[in-house]
Amino acid sequence: MRQRLLPILVFALVMAAIPFVPGVPPFWIVLLDNIGLAALVAMGLVLLTGVGGLTSFGQAAFCGFGAYTTAYLTTAYGMSPWLTLPMSLIVSGLAAVLLGIITMRLSGHYLPLGTIAWGISLFYLFSKLEFLGRNDGISGIPPLSIGTWKMLDPGSIYFPIWIAVIICALLSMNLLDSRTGRAIRALRRGHIAAEAFGVQTARAKLLVFIYAAVLAGLSGWLYAHFQRAANPTPFGPHLGIEYLFIAVVGGAGYVWGGVLGAAVVVILKEVLQSYLPLIFGGGGQLETIVFGILLVALLQLAPTGMWPWLTAWLPSGDSRKRPAPADALPARNDHRPDTGVLLQVDKARKQFGGVVAVNDVSFNVQAREIVALIGPNGAGKSTTFNLITGVLAATAGKVAVFGKSISGARPQEIVNLGIARTFQHVKLVPDMTVLENVALGAHLRGRSGALASMLRLDRADEAKLLAEAAKQIERVGLGDQMNQLAGSLSLGQQRIVEIARALCVDPLLLLLDEPAAGLRHMEKQQLAALLRQLRDGGMSVLLVEHDMGFVMNLANRIVVLDFGTKIAEGTPADIKTNPDVIKAYLGAVA
Amino acid sequence: MVSGADSVGERAALNTTILLFLLQDGITNGAIYALLGLALVLVFAVTRIILIPQGEFITFGALTYASLSAGQMPGTIKLAVAMGVVAFAFDLFTFRKALHAKRVLRSIAVNIVFPMAIWGVMWALGGRPGNIALNIALSLLIVAAIGLYLYRIAFQPIAHTSVLVLLIASVGCHLALQGFGLVFFGAEGQRGPAISSDAITIGALRFTGQSIAVYGITIALIVGLWLFFGYTLYGKALRATAVNRLGARLAGIRTSLSGQIAFLLASVIGAISGILIVPITTLYYDTGFLIGLKGFIAAIIGGLVSYPLTAAAAILVGCVEAFSSFYASNYKEVIVFTLILPVLVLRSLAAPEVEEEKD
Amino acid sequence: MSTLLQVTDAHVAYGKVEAVRAVNLEVREGEIVTIIGANGAGKTTLLNATMGILPLKGGVTFTGQDISKLDIEDRVAAGLSLVPEHRELFATMNVEDNLLLGAFRIDKATAARSFERVYTLFPRLKERRKQLAGTMSGGEQQMLAMGRALMGAPKLLMLDEPSLGLAPIIVADIFRIVSELRAAGVSVLLVEQNAQAALKIADRAYVMELGEFILDGNASDIASNQRVVASYLGFQHEGASAI
Repeated sequence: MRQRLLPILVFALVMAAIPFVPGVPPFWIVLLDNIGLAALVAMGLVLLTGVGGLTSFGQAAFCGFGAYTTAYLTTAYGMSPWLTLPMSLIVSGLAAVLLGIITMRLSGHYLPLGTIAWGISLFYLFSKLEFLGRNDGISGIPPLSIGTWKMLDPGSIYFPIWIAVIICALLSMNLLDSRTGRAIRALRRGHIAAEAFGVQTARAKLLVFIYAAVLAGLSGWLYAHFQRAANPTPFGPHLGIEYLFIAVVGGAGYVWGGVLGAAVVVILKEVLQSYLPLIFGGGGQLETIVFGILLVALLQLAPTGMWPWLTAWLPSGDSRKRPAPADALPARNDHRPDTGVLLQVDKARKQFGGVVAVNDVSFNVQAREIVALIGPNGAGKSTTFNLITGVLAATAGKVAVFGKSISGARPQEIVNLGIARTFQHVKLVPDMTVLENVALGAHLRGRSGALASMLRLDRADEAKLLAEAAKQIERVGLGDQMNQLAGSLSLGQQRIVEIARALCVDPLLLLLDEPAAGLRHMEKQQLAALLRQLRDGGMSVLLVEHDMGFVMNLANRIVVLDFGTKIAEGTPADIKTNPDVIKAYLGAVA
Repeated sequence: MVSGADSVGERAALNTTILLFLLQDGITNGAIYALLGLALVLVFAVTRIILIPQGEFITFGALTYASLSAGQMPGTIKLAVAMGVVAFAFDLFTFRKALHAKRVLRSIAVNIVFPMAIWGVMWALGGRPGNIALNIALSLLIVAAIGLYLYRIAFQPIAHTSVLVLLIASVGCHLALQGFGLVFFGAEGQRGPAISSDAITIGALRFTGQSIAVYGITIALIVGLWLFFGYTLYGKALRATAVNRLGARLAGIRTSLSGQIAFLLASVIGAISGILIVPITTLYYDTGFLIGLKGFIAAIIGGLVSYPLTAAAAILVGCVEAFSSFYASNYKEVIVFTLILPVLVLRSLAAPEVEEEKD
Repeated sequence: MSTLLQVTDAHVAYGKVEAVRAVNLEVREGEIVTIIGANGAGKTTLLNATMGILPLKGGVTFTGQDISKLDIEDRVAAGLSLVPEHRELFATMNVEDNLLLGAFRIDKATAARSFERVYTLFPRLKERRKQLAGTMSGGEQQMLAMGRALMGAPKLLMLDEPSLGLAPIIVADIFRIVSELRAAGVSVLLVEQNAQAALKIADRAYVMELGEFILDGNASDIASNQRVVASYLGFQHEGASAI
């Protein structure tokens, strides 16, 4: 905690001291004001684009909402700027809700293109609306004031701007380092993994979009009172694009990358504007040329942005230890039955077009039982998993948990019933630590929301989640790797991390898709021992696995699929001697 | 933007003549947006680059043609020569591990000899305005060279990075080229001579030679592209790259070659669009951006994959623009750019998002 | 028999994790060589790195020429061809166009001969030559992928899990064709989880575990090696489990 805050405190003190250093040209202060304003917008984009993976070109329009709201209310109704601050933020936020509901659904490349479109559309709207003064905009906006102190000059508005930047940076960092933050960070890797642990991905996307819009709105509000005028130009598509590349140049994955990017881009533009004409004479247009070329060159040299490139030079201060012990999370209330059918798959069928991937498959999993699903690749094993966990909807048939049908239930509801899974193709967030990845598994067992996280009111809840995650990591034997980035682990270890993440759900039924792939012999034995221990503790396991030695020694029962159809079911001893299975899957005995 | 309906200021009742006039205007503009949309789809499918500098290809083509027609030496040729030299340097740097004479010679031919030859022709003309066909050919060649080198210099080194990084680089190129546009052509708008000054009148409608040229060339280009992609080895190779980059590489098709061809086609299409527009409407150094964006809208509606859908959407965009400039000229751009939102909503409702493995 | 492909002291890493360590591999002319091993052992990584898809530290020579610095496309031109695990077909193009593009780097006359050869090996492809690749069954797609790779008249064909997810009867077909290729003068480097089938048609074999080769030798020797039998060929020795 101290280590995290110290650099920020130093930064805040340095920024606070700058205006008082004798001999600082007033012009530098203007630049710093502009940097701060851009940094606010870029910070929102860091969360939205760099962390959440949602590209937006339209942030300048949200600045416009912030600026025009205060411009209109202060000039037309004489409201105090401090009263219009919440209004500006609310208007930007509401605009984000409307646009977000439409555009956040868009996937892949539609999203950035959609944001370009409404960004341009809003720009023209600002410049055509009569009450916003059309192209001329609104002037005569009152300055911010405290008592009789009016912040008329760049040196005084400097303080509100940079206080806002530092507070927002803190809030953003707090948000990222929380239950909600992990959900947002998981978005970039696709929604399936996040939803499998109960994250409402649509809501998380909208949330981060609103957050980014509110930061932009704040920047717009400050801008309006800094310039004391608002016209459409700074809220147009070019600026929207510029904010995005501020974030990319700075390092789109890092909160401070937004600030660094703003500094680099604003200063670069200024330097080019003032010095190029001295070198080449005349022509102010040179600045855009050189700026564009430098931008392309910068991307070729550092495609991930400058912040990670810079911090690579600093000694790594990451010395986070094992999370402090905390009260255990309450265990699942449901009874853990000793007998009876836990999961029943009844004539489940899945067709993709004309292809039948799962063909009327029926089987069940009893309480305290390990069932293995085997068969050649393409036999429908993973599809069956996806039907059970709600990723895919069955074409026909029924899946029931404790006799209650879960057909049509969404993944978030199914995990809530106590069914947790791992994936055949590992779906971890590679740039999150093992601990953070595993803590995502406990998402549904935490309660803190985004606001509480930003204000650090979530610490007790968070400590419990992290303690639970740490416990499960120790349990699967990866305690030493807890603070490493998940992407730096071997594929076999990553599969084990996925198991720990699933265990954080406190599941009744664990679905494991090829858990032993890539493990060494010893590790396989440890995994088998762990699964037996879990079973004896009251958990059921359904697993897909190709390693027959592993399966035959572990499973109570085996279900064999071939071409989507169940061809056999029975104890390992039955399956080994079943002629159909030998023919379709195991092959003639050598 | 490209509008013959600028003067329709007063609100008149919609009669058949006006309706037909607006439709004609919309279709003419739509045809041009269709060309641009096709080029954008092509470039995106092959290279994953969202081609923001498409607008500059339009202005460069148009204003180079206008300058040549006015007997001036356009600055774009110098840019082409300079970019060729830089592209050659990039080539040499890439070849440093395996320097073959054949490759170097090919690179010299493409990057040095080609732009110098164009310059030579222009120098030989000595400032006399050449005939229209020659001017058009020279303009196309210059812009084609710029497009080709732009890919080599700006995008080929980062071809493997994410769509976002490519997009930002694309913006950088747009800014730089737009700056060059201002340097070369100044802030004044220009017009160029029409390809044909004839006109025919059918009923209430007057078709200028220029608008017929727009239709004819658009159709010819679309048919040409269709033939190219459907029946030539290189066209198929380009499609293959778009469908499956790794598969294409394993078949021995260089992605850099596909990228260069895509940029070559896109720049030529952009320049043709510009040359078709510039006799109808005054173009400024920064007009291309907005025209390109409308091609974009069409491309987005087409989902960045479908050529026929893109062409149809482009005609729709042109017509919406023409009608809204008649009814609510103030909100023309708002309407055109908002048009896309319902389309996107429909698209996302029709096809729920699919999981994609991000790079 | 002269050496066709030689990989020496190869290391391939994903970030900090080495997926392939100190591997030495040789394929001679006219040979079928197989690499067997469990899922995740590094077989696919090794093939991809040999093809130039992944960066490889170490030496790769092909027909005596150092190809370790060449791009994928130039390795293709040198006569090395890979049918990757996911086949990577041009799904929205028809069979004929897929094959045609396989001959992108060679002259027209050779391409015409290649067409004949591929259609003889895979009569099914000729019947379906106007069908879109993406609409074909898994087995047909595998045939098309192999056909496309053969169109460029490669000297060495590298096959990554050709039997993956296919019906056993088609697997038998594929393996029969692979052994026919040797007769047609194409050498094959075959990566398979289906060790039984692979060892049956191969001349030599390597066994890969955790990124390293732990065994190599004649396919028949490998097939009778106790450890290999226990790990890859039969579950009946489950007392010894995997490895």
